Amino acid sequence: MQSYVFQFGPILIRSEELIHGAWLTVWFASVSMVLGLAIGLLGAVTRSFGPRWLSAAVAAYVELIRNTPLLIQLYFVFFTLPFLGLKLSSSAAAILALSIHLGAYATEILRAGIQSIPAGQIEAAKSLGLKPIQIVRRILLLQALRAVYPALCGQFILQLLGTSIISAIAAEELTAIANNMVMQTFRSFEVYITVAVVYFVLVQAFSLLFQGFSRIFFRWKI
Amino acid sequence: MNLREFGFGEFSFLLLSARWTILLSLIAFAGGGALGLVIAALRISARRPVRMIAAGYIRFFQSTPILIQLFMAYYGTAFIGLSPDPWTAAAITFTLNAAAFFGDIFRGSIEAIPHGQWEAAKALSLRHLQTLRLVILPQALKLMLPPTVGFMVQIVKTTSVASLIGLTELARTATMINTVTFEPMLVFGSVALIYFALCWPMSLLALHLERQLEVEGRGRAALA
Repeated sequence: MQSYVFQFGPILIRSEELIHGAWLTVWFASVSMVLGLAIGLLGAVTRSFGPRWLSAAVAAYVELIRNTPLLIQLYFVFFTLPFLGLKLSSSAAAILALSIHLGAYATEILRAGIQSIPAGQIEAAKSLGLKPIQIVRRILLLQALRAVYPALCGQFILQLLGTSIISAIAAEELTAIANNMVMQTFRSFEVYITVAVVYFVLVQAFSLLFQGFSRIFFRWKI
Repeated sequence: MNLREFGFGEFSFLLLSARWTILLSLIAFAGGGALGLVIAALRISARRPVRMIAAGYIRFFQSTPILIQLFMAYYGTAFIGLSPDPWTAAAITFTLNAAAFFGDIFRGSIEAIPHGQWEAAKALSLRHLQTLRLVILPQALKLMLPPTVGFMVQIVKTTSVASLIGLTELARTATMINTVTFEPMLVFGSVALIYFALCWPMSLLALHLERQLEVEGRGRAALA
């Protein structure tokens, strides 16, 4: 067997593409994290305090999403919506599917957070005449977020890695750019190992960012 | 224009392809479980370099997308003269990947066992591996059961990614049927239901085991 010569040169001269891809991945991950968190907050509050039928509907949404693959959810959104008269670009379909996906996990995680808050606090708030929205915003939100913050961040990191799948519907991000680069350079090993390192760095960066957030937002003593 | 209707034949074709999803999941579970045990044992080894290597292994697989790992195994191994078929690449990738997650789950459960148990075993002059096998693991098994079942659900769902290197399992069969029937709602709805039927019972089991463990823990705390 002829010995193999690693050539990272063809990849390094395309480093601009890689940086662009990393940026797109961060963009998809961040936007879907914000939207997913919003869905999760609504879902968790509905699940905890909503009318029974609505709570059951949210529970069904959570179970359905958590027990089916993200790839199938992505295909469903991407291929079905045009039939309903809604033509989405692959990026928009990806954002939608990613947010719906994360929303289910966030709902379940935040619900656990709300449950962890002693009922006495809600009763006390009620007796002080706070309205339900005020109770959620001023009493529950930050405490619940803090209680489940590690679990939520873990899910966010999984989401960051999960965005690689959207290359399957031709949404442009890091993995799609890597596949393109393999076709141009035929250096599959070098490209994928480089991209793996980029993802690795992104994960570490997001972890640090999340730690920073917790220092800023959760400063009160328990 | 659709070449075929999505009828009973198409649905049963889809249902039958689930056996490849199940097979790949079983391979990942068995291989990953066995290798995960080794990773966990290395992760708590008395030697620091060994611990570091195991930690690095877990870190790598948990910090990169499985899709990239899969592409690396399938397309990226050409440089050592390999061109694995999709099944070999997927089996190896999913085993190595699951081993990292299982290794982490097992390590957590092992470390949750009170340290006094290790010391007592040492006083009885048991060696490190003996202690692990005879004293620690039987107790840790109970703790690792709920997250292990939970991760099995993850494995089943993640195997869908193998369709992207051309392995014909449930997800790829669905895209193939969708191309000829052009009924995405029916096709992907059905395939979602099949995945749901595979995963939901395991999710419920994981939840049940977790609750059981909580109740036992509370009982023990009440006794103590």
